[in-house]
Amino acid sequence: MSNLFDLAVTVNRVRYERAVEPHILLSDFLRHDIGLTGTHVGCEHGVCGACTVLFDGQPVRSCLLFAVQTHGHEVTTVEGLGTIDNLHPIQEAFHEAHGLQCGFCTPGILTTLVPFLEQNPNPSEAEIRAAISGNLCRCTGYQHIVDAVKLAAEKMRA
Amino acid sequence: MKPAPFKYYAPTTVEEALTHLAEHGYDAKVLAGGQSLIPMMNFRLVQPSVLVDLNNISELSFINPDENGGLRVGAMARHHQVEVDPLVAIQAPLLHETMPKIATAQIRSRGTFGGSLSHADPSAELVSVNVALDGRFRLRSQNGERWVPAHEFFIGLFTTVLQPDELLVEVALPAMPVRSGWSLMEVARRPHDFALVGVAAVVTLDENRLCQQARMVFLSAGDVPMVAHRAAELLKGQAPTRESIRAAAEIAASEDIDPGGDIHATAEFRCHLANVLARRSLEQAFERAAGNE
Ligand SMILES: Cc1cc2nc3c(=O)[nH]c(=O)nc-3n(C[C@H](O)[C@H](O)[C@H](O)COP(=O)(O)OP(=O)(O)OC[C@H]3O[C@@H](n4cnc5c(N)ncnc54)[C@H](O)[C@@H]3O)c2cc1C
Ligand code: FES
Ligand code: FES
Repeated sequence: MSNLFDLAVTVNRVRYERAVEPHILLSDFLRHDIGLTGTHVGCEHGVCGACTVLFDGQPVRSCLLFAVQTHGHEVTTVEGLGTIDNLHPIQEAFHEAHGLQCGFCTPGILTTLVPFLEQNPNPSEAEIRAAISGNLCRCTGYQHIVDAVKLAAEKMRA
Repeated sequence: MKPAPFKYYAPTTVEEALTHLAEHGYDAKVLAGGQSLIPMMNFRLVQPSVLVDLNNISELSFINPDENGGLRVGAMARHHQVEVDPLVAIQAPLLHETMPKIATAQIRSRGTFGGSLSHADPSAELVSVNVALDGRFRLRSQNGERWVPAHEFFIGLFTTVLQPDELLVEVALPAMPVRSGWSLMEVARRPHDFALVGVAAVVTLDENRLCQQARMVFLSAGDVPMVAHRAAELLKGQAPTRESIRAAAEIAASEDIDPGGDIHATAEFRCHLANVLARRSLEQAFERAAGNE
């Protein structure tokens, strides 16, 4: 069944126009159609959080959204947060506080944290742990992630 | 796995959506937040050949007061929207307390009020809470509309009275009477998981501070939201003492629910949890009712 849909979406401030099939997930569109492989895919049923991106500024699971549903909207992926030479303060903090090991979970955690830290500039440890509770990490045991979030909050307040 | 192909419609009005549903019947599925439907499609547990996406229908995302001090919630109001709505916090404090317990922030930003109810998962908080609050659901098809009380809407596991050409469009929640109190308690292995067992309680005291009504509705305790009828009978007209509450909780957990066992918990353990949660939630609800003259 070929029924292509003309999709126009802004990803990381760049406008993309592509003909896509409606059953293509946003996660697959980002990775395969426009080559943004920073968004990871773990479980494809909403549990692991690796695929989290920002949809009009709100964190969402890109594995639980069809690409066609982003028509006319804005998506931000981990590639849109900072550059190698100019890291986002949250990325800087994860680097400095060892908030990652293999890095598989990291893009989803970073995108989850952007709106969280903007709305909660001085979060408690309990609030931080609740904020990342939808993101599974198999490596760090979370402690260094929590440390990194505290450091990121400090940097963002400064 | 990936979802099977389907034909996609993104109507901008309810009328238009109903036309697609009338035309495609059982072949079509409604797409709301997608937070339950898309996982099932990713696993190919469902393979609708037509998807009718409600996300561009702005007329369904309202939260409004009604003339009688109650609340009207549109089917496409997002969990997050309900969670932060100031009117909900004042008029429906039980609902306000419930929202953060549903899934994680990334799911609540998409999942919808109407989607959760239509999906009719007996573990979903909103299903039990809407029965506890005596909600009424407005269903529309091309042939007209009907109102269905929450306790008649859920008829089986993941099954409601919704016909394939019908949409749930809005929910009406009545104002809580004076001297009423509420509570939602649950046990989950991790904070945002589906609960092993939970209970929503709404109680009302009469002028003499005796129990006028006590409604407990359990989640994850049967195929549908389980209303504790026997416990309610036992409490009616009684003073809410430690003893009467304890007795009602016992009856609720032994006679009013019918939980199954699975890898997460045995049926017996669920009954045990239900007993403890029933007692604690009744205590909290009666305490709030007493302070709520
Ligand atoms: C990882 C994860 C954890 C979760 N944890 C919880 C939890 O702890 N508690 C909880 O309650 N929920 C939980 N959920 C489910 C979540 O709340 C969903 O949002 C909700 O169950 C379905 O709402 P939706 O808007 O996403 O509906 P959809 O997935 O879009 O639709 C669900 C079903 O309802 C039908 N439907 C939707 N809207 C309508 C309508 N207006 N009229 C007629 N039919 C309609 C659809 O056709 C479909 O069959 C979780 C989900 C995930 C992925
Ligand atoms: S891949 Fe989307 S939540 Fe796991
Ligand atoms: S760093 Fe490896 S999964 Fe988190």
